[in-house]
This record gives sequence, C-alpha cells and structure tokens, in this order.
Amino acid sequence: MSIHPTTQAAPSPAADEAAVRKAISSISRPPKASALSAALTFGWRGMLKVKHVPEQLLDVTITPVMFVLMFTYLFGGAIAGSTGEYLDYILPGILVMSVLFTTVYSGVALNTDLTKGVVDRFRSLPIWRPAPLVGSLLGDSVRYVLAGTVIIVLGVILGYRPGAGIGGAIAALALVVLFSFALSWVFTTLGLLLRSPNAVMNAGFMGIFPLTFLSNVFVDPRTLPPVLEAFVDVNPISILATASRGLMEGNAEAGDIAIVLTVAVALTAVFAPLTTRLYRKG
Amino acid sequence: MTAHSPLAIEANGLFKSFGETLAVDGVDLAVPSNSVYGMLGPNGAGKTTVIRMLATLIRPDAGSARVLGHDIVKEADAVRSAVSLTGQLASVDEDLTGRENLILLGRLLGLKRAAAKERSAELLEAFGLSEAATRLVKNYSGGMRRRLDIAASIVVTPKLMFLDEPTTGLDPRSRNQVWGIIRALVEAGTTILLCTQYLEEADQLADGIAVIDHGKVIAEGTPGQLKASVGSGALHVRLLDPEQRPQAERVLQQGLGDVNLATDPAALWASCSDADRAAETLAELTRVGVRIADFSLDQPSLDEVFLAITGHPAEEVSAGQPNALEEEQTA
Repeated sequence: MSIHPTTQAAPSPAADEAAVRKAISSISRPPKASALSAALTFGWRGMLKVKHVPEQLLDVTITPVMFVLMFTYLFGGAIAGSTGEYLDYILPGILVMSVLFTTVYSGVALNTDLTKGVVDRFRSLPIWRPAPLVGSLLGDSVRYVLAGTVIIVLGVILGYRPGAGIGGAIAALALVVLFSFALSWVFTTLGLLLRSPNAVMNAGFMGIFPLTFLSNVFVDPRTLPPVLEAFVDVNPISILATASRGLMEGNAEAGDIAIVLTVAVALTAVFAPLTTRLYRKG
Repeated sequence: MTAHSPLAIEANGLFKSFGETLAVDGVDLAVPSNSVYGMLGPNGAGKTTVIRMLATLIRPDAGSARVLGHDIVKEADAVRSAVSLTGQLASVDEDLTGRENLILLGRLLGLKRAAAKERSAELLEAFGLSEAATRLVKNYSGGMRRRLDIAASIVVTPKLMFLDEPTTGLDPRSRNQVWGIIRALVEAGTTILLCTQYLEEADQLADGIAVIDHGKVIAEGTPGQLKASVGSGALHVRLLDPEQRPQAERVLQQGLGDVNLATDPAALWASCSDADRAAETLAELTRVGVRIADFSLDQPSLDEVFLAITGHPAEEVSAGQPNALEEEQTA
C-alpha cells in the first residue's frame, strides 16, 4: 500500500460509512405511489429537463413564429388576396400544424431516453406501468400549450382577432393540445420500434408532413382536384383545423368536435397500450 | 421481519436467447438471504441477462425463479416492490441534478414531497454528494455517479439489491468506497446479487460465487472452495544474496518438497498451502544463515481459478493481486 501523504490537498468528499448505515436503517417503505402521482412525477421530470436546457424550447417558440410569418406574408397575397384576410384563415391552421409537428419530438425524446440506463431503473420500480410515458406526454403537453400560445399571441400582434375572444382561443388551443396528446402515442410507439432518434424524426415527419399539407390548414379544399378534395375533407387534421377555426370564431359545429374527440380517443386506445407494452418489453 | 424462504433467490433452469444468440443457457442459482452472492464471468457471459430477468425487466424464455419468495413472472410487481437495481450503465438521469434524481425516485416510491426532499438530503450527505447536489449528473465523476447510483437504490431500503458491475471503470479509491458501502448494506441486512468481472471484487465481497461462462454456471462455491478446487498456494522467497540460493533451495526442498527457481536469480518458490509449515521453513532458512529480503504466501488467485475451470482466462483482468501478507511485508 502507498503511504498516505500528510498534507492532502482539500480531501474530496467521500461516502461516510456510518452515515450510510444510518441512512439505510432510517427509512421504512411507504405505501406505493398512486398512478396519478407517479405520472405527475414523470411530468415534473420533463419540466426539470426544460429548466436545465431551455434551448429545448426553441422548437416550440421560434419555429411557430417562423411558420406564422412565413406563411402569412409569403402566401397571403397570392392565396387570399391580402395578408390580413389570409391571417384570419391560416392562424388556426398554423396553430394545428405547429403543435402537431411538435408531437413528433415526443417520440424522438422517448427513443433518446431509452438509450440511458435510468430507464432500467424506472422499469424495475413498483409503479403504474404507463406512468413514465403518460408523465412525459403530460410534460410535452406543456410544450404544446406554449407553442400554441406563442402562435395566438403573435397572431393578435399581427392583427388577428378571434371572433369568440380569448375564451374561443383557449377552447381551440385546448382541443388542439388534447388531440396532440393522443397523436403523441403514435410517435412514442414509433420511438420504441425504431432504432435511432433520427429514424423516428424522419418517419414521423414523413407521416405528419403530407397529412398536414393535404388538409385545409393552408388552402380552401374547394380549389383542389376532386380526388384530393375528397381526401382532404375526411382527413382528421382538416376536421381539427375546421373545429379550431370554429371555436375561435364562435361558430364551431358539435359534429366536428365530436369527430376530433373520437379520433383522439381511438388513437389513445390503440397506441397507448401498444407503447406501454413495447416499453415494458424494453 | 416478514417470513420468507431462507433463499433470497432461487432460480431453476433459466433460459434466454436474443435472436439466435443464446445468452443464458439453463442457469440455476440459490442465493441465501443476508449474503453477498457474486456472479463472476467475463463480458458477454450472460450475467447481466440473468440480473435483468431476476429484476423483472425481461422474461425468461424458459425456467422459473423466485425472488424473496415471489415468482418473477407471475408476481413481478411484488418482486419490484422489494428489490432495487443498479445497472451496468449508471441508472441515474444524467440530465438532472443529483438531488433531483433522488427526489424523483423518492416520489416514485411513494414518499410525500417533504419526505422525499428530506431523504435526498440525508442520502446526499451520507454519500458525500452534498456539494454536488445541485450539479447535473452528466458533470459528475465516475465515482460520484456510482455513489449517486447506489444512493438512488436505497432511497427506500430494498431487501435485495442487484448490483451490476458496480466498480467497472472506477479508480482504486472510488472502488474501495463502493466496497465499503456494499459492506454497510449487507450489515444492515440487505441481500446483494453482485455481477462482476473483477475476480478480486468477488473475492473481497462475496460469500458465495457462481462462475458464469457462455450463459452457464460452470462452478459454484465459496471463494475458499473455489480456490481449493484449483490447488494449493505457494511460498515465494527472495534472498538478499543470490549466492545463497542453492542453500535456500535445499532447505525448501526438505521442508516443502518440489522447489521452483524463479527467473530472478535471488528468488525461488515452492507449493505450500499450510502457513505453519511455511513459517517453520522460513525459520529454518534464518537458522542456517540464509538472509531473506522478502517472502509471501500466496493463495491461488481467482484468475487461476477461472483459467483452471474454463481453460481460458477471464477477460480484462489484471494479474493476481498480492495477498495481505505480501502487502505487510512490502509496506
């Protein structure tokens, strides 16, 4: 053994075995965390990550701003005759598009998470099985709300005035966030099936990009060829955009909202259990 | 204490394959409660897969196991409620701080917010991490990360703990600290299943060892039994004066039998597992006037055990550690 130097430069802290012994014996097992509490704790984990790396919010702040400015001023004159009129049409649409795009990142984040050792610990805990997934999607929902808020506020600055006022805007945002939460499950499933975060991103956008553009988000479908128009009319994203416009203007049709909610429930019913099962299998 | 079988882990014929690779090929284990049981084997031997099955992370393809009396497939939740896992990759969240990691686990294990905070402070203090409490774990040193990892495993003290290569990549000082923590855990009554590829680690900590290679348990016993199965140790002597080696050779020959001359012209050794006879022989050397520079009585190292059982050396293992006697001599 080496001889200990008599003058040791500021000994770095080490484990104190007596204190470790005390810590081991000083706790008794509490009752299990409830499903809700476990999910919220995972949501808190998501928030902490944002707190430590705020740059993660770029995709839900800068990107929506870019979309609003680009589409309004690039296409406004050509499509609607004036940017002001187009803003009225496109703002709810951009709200839908921006928030839906953000859902892809939920799958990317989950895929990244899986490469870390901490997932093994989560999976070995006596908690409600879907809690890590539900929790992180709850955390992501906060991001969706943020993205939506940025868009609505920017729209108002540019002159957009929702007919149903603040209440209408909040209702539209709530519907979009709810649908996005449901859609996220599709991407978390992808996140568990594909091998790399990049693959998830590519596959995700390959799906969400055409679905979003082949909707009534940007243009009135009556200008489209009949086959395309037929598709656009049944595309759930069109219906979501229509319902959002309706909620903002105060003339939403209950049927549209019902369809959006039904699709949301169906997506969750299929993909949430699938994601949970894949996550459990690791 | 709740009543459970005296065996903390009882595994029968566990099989697991991934695609065409058979990772675990019929493993039986019997781990007594309140002990440290070592699974020793090279990389890729299947140790981690066994641990992952026992910790309910993956299901065995065949075979069964009970952990603390609970079936790992049918009663997975009960198993999870009583064990904790320290994985091969440190099982902590690198993107959070040390404190946040511990609070997160406390909350997930059912502690109220205030209790989770209090517990995290207590553990950070005990594990010497108070100063680093608010730093992101990705900026921790390897030793700090391991300590946090183990702290995270005892946020609520488990009855059984899986430790997968707890000291891989650590410097000797951090390694000794981790060993100290493991000993403290055992004293407190926690059973530990320890995976390691370091033979010295199993020797230092484990009460029983299963040697695993290619998904099979190829030998089992106490460290002492395993060593004994390989053969005896040896008395190594180094002389002050190489000229005296023939004389020393005769003395050792009489006292211990066959003598081997080392490449060092002043050194020689003979097989010997009996400390008394070694002492008598050394005394005889002194009596006839042979001056000794250094001597040691070595037990066979677990490296030799592994070589003897498998016919190939364990990977990534340094040469056998000098034993305590030699350390005292050379200190």
